[in-house]
Amino acid sequence: MAVIETRTPPVVDPDPGPPAGRRKPRTWPGLVVLLLGALVFLFPFYYMVVGSLQAKPDTSLAGAFPTGGLTLNNYGEINSRVNLAKSLVNSGIFTGGVILATVVFGVLAGYALARLQFRGRGTLFASMLLVQIVPFQLLIIPIYVMIVRSYGLADTYLGMILPFAINSTAVFIFRQFFLQLPEELFSAARLDGAGEFRVLWSVALPLVRPALLTAVLLTFIGPWNEFLWPFLVTKQTGMQPLAVTLANYISNIAGRASNPFGAILAGAVVLAAPAVALFAVFQKHFIASDLGSGLKG
Amino acid sequence: MATDLETVDAARPPSLRSRLTALLGRQPLGLLFAGPYMVFLAALFAYPLGLAVWISFHRYFFAAPGAQVDRPFVGLTNYQTVLSDPAVRKSFLNVGEFLVINVPLTVVLALVLATALNSVVHLRSFLRTSYYIPYVTASVALVAVWLFLFSQDGMVNHLLGPAAPKPSWLVNSGLAMPVIALFVTWKQLGFFILLYLAALQGVSKELYEAASIDGAGRVRSFLSITVPGVRPVTTLVLILATITGANLFTEPYLLTNGGGPDGASTSPVFVMYQRGIEQGNPDVAAAIGVILVVVVLLISLIYRRVLERD
Repeated sequence: MAVIETRTPPVVDPDPGPPAGRRKPRTWPGLVVLLLGALVFLFPFYYMVVGSLQAKPDTSLAGAFPTGGLTLNNYGEINSRVNLAKSLVNSGIFTGGVILATVVFGVLAGYALARLQFRGRGTLFASMLLVQIVPFQLLIIPIYVMIVRSYGLADTYLGMILPFAINSTAVFIFRQFFLQLPEELFSAARLDGAGEFRVLWSVALPLVRPALLTAVLLTFIGPWNEFLWPFLVTKQTGMQPLAVTLANYISNIAGRASNPFGAILAGAVVLAAPAVALFAVFQKHFIASDLGSGLKG
Repeated sequence: MATDLETVDAARPPSLRSRLTALLGRQPLGLLFAGPYMVFLAALFAYPLGLAVWISFHRYFFAAPGAQVDRPFVGLTNYQTVLSDPAVRKSFLNVGEFLVINVPLTVVLALVLATALNSVVHLRSFLRTSYYIPYVTASVALVAVWLFLFSQDGMVNHLLGPAAPKPSWLVNSGLAMPVIALFVTWKQLGFFILLYLAALQGVSKELYEAASIDGAGRVRSFLSITVPGVRPVTTLVLILATITGANLFTEPYLLTNGGGPDGASTSPVFVMYQRGIEQGNPDVAAAIGVILVVVVLLISLIYRRVLERD
């Protein structure tokens, strides 16, 4: 698969801005279409919040724009049916573990791939690209056999984290950022007698801080949103991350609640809010040039 | 890139150091740095990949950890079981239907929206963020809203009034899969817009100016400059969208309540889960996985042939 090429280092300028054309293009028709599209894209999020605040589900068009009668009862309802706090903690540990392993081992691997000559570098690089196009779902059966059956890691955080431990896209981003630093920087530091680890820690790492944030954001959405794997690996409700807890609530328990949709949507808001908030705040770090750099054909 | 160090080394008789260099590379520390990642790829990617193929050719069942059990080689038996299973064939047809709706819609919408985004001056950050917010949000949370929107008594049916489909969307065997395809298009589109936005930065501005001087309109420029200019990324988008489709699990599991109605929205991964984990036949499930990947690879090759034939 030669679709992924790597000659181009990431563009440093985070947002190239609109093309500085000499002629002034009329942009308002495009803007109107884009705004309408954005409305369609954002409406389900708005509706999620509104639905979670309704005392009784009101699915009429007017119900989407309530003028009063909003309540937080649904949040209490879902919290009384499932252990929301424990699920959030589980999601946090799962996600935190993956991010930690990705940052520590991913930075080391990305640095080695970009800056060090060692045997097997080419093979490692090719494998890193290959991993990104082989669907994880193919591997669920053997990984389930290994982790749950052979190693007995069902219902453990380790079992949850392991298959996701080092995000290959993040390794790739680290490599691209290390690659674009000037070689003189490294040879100067080495001439001064700095060891390789010190070069990485004190010279290279401070210069690639934006990559760190991008990689953390990107890594976050994997485990936080993942459903299938934690669903397979956890059977005890006390170990389940929020996505699994909520899915089980939707498919098993919801029918018995007084306002099932309200409670489900309240859970959905709790699950969606951290990701939406992170990406709204740090949106500048999650952009085409960071991600797309490695994916240009 | 010959450095001074190499020249000096070459002049000397082969020492232990240079033999080590030949074996491990000039900076063997790289092996140590990349070591954990190499182990990770070997243990949780390469080995399971091989294991999946191995399991699919053996009679394999779950056993207690450490137990020694006989797992005889059975050749293509598992594949025969899979291919003669109507539920499996149905699931592959369902994903085919999914791809026919999802892939063209994704490519066209992503490219058109990215082109529009690339040319607007105002609200760029807001618009870009709006489009990728579904991509960064958990499917489970988004499915919850779609369940609410598309339920029998949901807002979509209220809006449609008498035009609402009967039976309703998610329990209608003709509509369940299209709704899932639309859902995934909406959820993933932002990511593909980002890819196209990156690709558009590489299309020469002079081409547009020249075309504009020659009197080409917007549509003409789009078709003759933008579309060919981003073609390599289009191949990538096609392949990634197909992989996403092949991975479909959460949506049939939750949105249509287990691939319903009556198996009309099952996916191969969902059947893998049923056969492998629920019914305890990991060998059959592994065979489904291998077939799925082979099909995805074939489709990807066809895309490349068709798009990059010149």
